[in-house]
Amino acid sequence: MKRFFSSVLFFIALVVAWHFVAAAKVNPVMVPDPLAVWDYIKESTLDGTLPQATWVTLRRLLTGYFMGIAVGLPLGMLVARFKLMEDTVGVLALGLQTLPSVCWVPLALIGFGQTEAAMLFVVVMGTVWSVIIATDNGVRNVPPIYARAARTMGAGPFYTLTHVTLPASAPFIVSGMKQGWAFAWRSLMAAEIFVTILTGFGLGQLLDYGRNLHAMDQVIGVMLIIVVIGLLADKILFSPWERLLHRRWGTGKV
Amino acid sequence: MTLSDELQAATPAKLAIEDVSKVFRTNRGTVHALDKVSLQIGEGDFVCLVGPSGCGKSTLLNIIAGLEQPDSGQTLMDGKEIAEPGRDRMVMFQESALFPWLDVLGNVLFGLKLKPNLNSNERKEVARFYLKLVGLEKFTRANVHELSGGMKQRVALARALAPNPRVLLMDEPFAALDALTREQLYGDIQKIWAERKKTIVFVTHNVREAVCLGNRVVLFSPHPGRIREEFEIDLPRPRDINSVELAGYATRITRALKGYVHAQEAE
Repeated sequence: MKRFFSSVLFFIALVVAWHFVAAAKVNPVMVPDPLAVWDYIKESTLDGTLPQATWVTLRRLLTGYFMGIAVGLPLGMLVARFKLMEDTVGVLALGLQTLPSVCWVPLALIGFGQTEAAMLFVVVMGTVWSVIIATDNGVRNVPPIYARAARTMGAGPFYTLTHVTLPASAPFIVSGMKQGWAFAWRSLMAAEIFVTILTGFGLGQLLDYGRNLHAMDQVIGVMLIIVVIGLLADKILFSPWERLLHRRWGTGKV
Repeated sequence: MTLSDELQAATPAKLAIEDVSKVFRTNRGTVHALDKVSLQIGEGDFVCLVGPSGCGKSTLLNIIAGLEQPDSGQTLMDGKEIAEPGRDRMVMFQESALFPWLDVLGNVLFGLKLKPNLNSNERKEVARFYLKLVGLEKFTRANVHELSGGMKQRVALARALAPNPRVLLMDEPFAALDALTREQLYGDIQKIWAERKKTIVFVTHNVREAVCLGNRVVLFSPHPGRIREEFEIDLPRPRDINSVELAGYATRITRALKGYVHAQEAE
């Protein structure tokens, strides 16, 4: 509770400070008042623009992200298990992971045109490589004695994979999924700012429109929404897992 | 199969190790872990394998477990060749090898889940029965990292006993524990062996521990791993590791062990 209040106090102080900077009217275009930003968020929520854009963006993000995990997890396990996969897909993943995922945008546009498929492609590319590498890394860090113990208890190779190797590498996999999420989120925003997709206006496009209109309240309002979504994703998607892992493994205490 | 049948101790099995050899090839050369080793272990016997590291005693245990295959010779359980691991032979390792993603109960349940004929409530009942047997019934929901070393090995013991094996294979299970905890576990193991009637093969490099636990102590020497001598331990149970008679046995066996090691170094 105490920690919650210190968080709240900090952000109230931040908004108040922002208000005073805006009130000083040093640069009214660059620094809109927090109330103006609040008005933008309120109005665009009421007229449906903001919820619509948020929904479009989240749909792209979640679809691409879970596709990336669905492909990355099994591939990562195969890379850890087979030398041939390690020397081929493993090297590819390592190389492409160093590529900032926004670099996929031009390729996606040429390949898929200004379509949803292009957006999905960028998100999947942002996710899949770090999930492969984290899974590979996690599987390699499982002490071999776990699999031996499972075998003596009658576990076959597939049961060992799903009930021993996978949970044993969970700490690595979850941090890889978190990294994949961050990459996917960044690459999607870049893609949405970059190109207008006619099938749906995402948050990135709304942000870019704000720039075109010199509407700083809109720019900052959309930025705030993006930050809040990122925070919520962390708290809802990853924190429960991390807490469970910390409790089981006895880690996370300093 | 009903729950009460399940909780009845399974009949112990007899083991026959016949001319077993095993060579490991590494980049640093070949290691003759076992060289034509033969050993008969009767139903419900408690046999301790003792020797310096590298004498192949753990390799032999892994072969009986079915985790490794011999290069030549064969291992039989009740006359049938051992080809793979099975729940009739459970293993306790030096590190507890407990799964950190499961709580204590989940760990004991792991082996039971792969056993047919039991529903989920019966499995839990069986798991609780064995956790009680090792004195940890109050810790069913504890996480592995919250347990002391001794408690971890007790959970590992419960996990090994839960599928009701006929043979219990123990690979230096107490080597990492402090002396006091170890003494408690010597008492527990003897009690469980008497109550649950398992055939136990126990690997250790601690001669006193072997004398305290085993009906027979089998002495190994390394490079290549061979059986040198066998000792019958004719002491009443439960045995106390600090008793004078036990120390007498241990001294004799240690002397014999040193003799073999020195003779080998002189060669």
